[in-house]
Amino acid sequence: MKKNQKTPHLLDTPLSVINVGLETFSEDLKSQNVATLHIDWSPPAGGDPVLGDLLSKLGA
Amino acid sequence: MEEIGKVIDQANEQALGVLLSGEPVLVDVVLAADVIDVLREKIILHAGPPIEWNKMCGPMRGAICGITVFEEWASNLNEAAKLACQGSLEFAPNHQFGCVGPMTGMTTASQPLLVVENQHYGNRAYCTINEGLGKVMRFGGNDQTVLERLNWIKNELAPLLGQALRRAGGIKLKPLIARGLTMGDEMHQRNVACSSLLLRELAPHMAVVAPETETLARAYSFIASNDQFFLNVAMAAGKALTDPAYGIKGSSMVTAMSRNGTDFGIRLSSTGDRWFTAPVEMPQGLYFPGYSESDANPDMGDSAIVETIGLGGLAMGAAPAVAGFVGAGAASQAGQYTKNMAEITLGENKSWTIPAMDYLGVPTGIDIRRVVEANTSPTINTGIAHKEPGIGQVGAGIAKAPMACFQKALRAFAEQMGVK
Repeated sequence: MKKNQKTPHLLDTPLSVINVGLETFSEDLKSQNVATLHIDWSPPAGGDPVLGDLLSKLGA
Repeated sequence: MEEIGKVIDQANEQALGVLLSGEPVLVDVVLAADVIDVLREKIILHAGPPIEWNKMCGPMRGAICGITVFEEWASNLNEAAKLACQGSLEFAPNHQFGCVGPMTGMTTASQPLLVVENQHYGNRAYCTINEGLGKVMRFGGNDQTVLERLNWIKNELAPLLGQALRRAGGIKLKPLIARGLTMGDEMHQRNVACSSLLLRELAPHMAVVAPETETLARAYSFIASNDQFFLNVAMAAGKALTDPAYGIKGSSMVTAMSRNGTDFGIRLSSTGDRWFTAPVEMPQGLYFPGYSESDANPDMGDSAIVETIGLGGLAMGAAPAVAGFVGAGAASQAGQYTKNMAEITLGENKSWTIPAMDYLGVPTGIDIRRVVEANTSPTINTGIAHKEPGIGQVGAGIAKAPMACFQKALRAFAEQMGVK
């Protein structure tokens, strides 16, 4: 029940967004005056699964 | 797997410690053949990883021909090119013999070399004396004016500098570089402050040992008119600092980054002399009036040794003026380059700080794991040579170390660590 009560509350309040990854999404939101915090993130090793696996085994 | 990670972390801590605890001192200027045995033969040391004549770029070939005439192994440039073509000259990387050289990086028997001694570890490293700007051998220049300047450096400037340095008892480079960073140098594309500081320390000793006033005046004038005079000193310091960091088992720290105009190569602490190479990239930058990207040669030189010790592109935040000069954007963005480099390095150097970044130590000790994980390669500030031999510098810019070098190194490092 609690979750259901929170959902309308979220939609009624000003939106604050944490954007992870593609910066253009945050730029679009900012241009519409939405409070946005951009987190610069990309998949490890540019998304290469073999290198990503090696990195995890090497303690990266 | 957690154990392997810990082993690597400990090895890297040791490798970074070696890098940070070095004490580079400029102690002398000597004849190359007197300190590098192999140079008694017809061998030419060059920048970057190993390369053969048929794969060399224009400026590298131009410099090879020029230095062959300088050494009197050929009477003219055509004859020198023939010697190279028929395999009568031998080539090897500077890094293999404790040397570094900017751009084409020619090191041969008759050239004088700056000597930097790492007084904490006792090793020495060498670099030629910077020739100045414009048409010079490091950019592939090889005409009579270039050779005459090299002869003057050998016969007049080098003996004077050597005597002055010996009289001074050497010049400590760590505090000098620290001061240069606070004065806007990053030691790759901006050496104005350090060149001046070095001359200020050397001047009284040069005045005492100079055979005559005219000799002294020529030396002062040459150094004072070359804002990049200190570059070669910083490079020798970089080599002297990194050489003791080789051979640390389990370390993924980079100990050399270098390019020969065709390939870019890196070496690691734990893999020793082995090069991990990939085709070199074209620098992105600004060109002198009359030149454009179509004139440019791909990235070249051992000078990325300064980035390997946390200077150059890694210390961009110290040198906002460089950001404009190399086309890296607004001066206010310079600090962002340094912040980005902090993501791929093991720590910061508290001896070399950046006032404008609240005295942040320059990011030091490039870790191939972090480079590959973040998909962010080191930023290198560089001069741009004309692709044709003999013309010289046509611009300055930023080059990225190719990611393929780090990926290859990571695979080899994993194999060495028994990780599949």
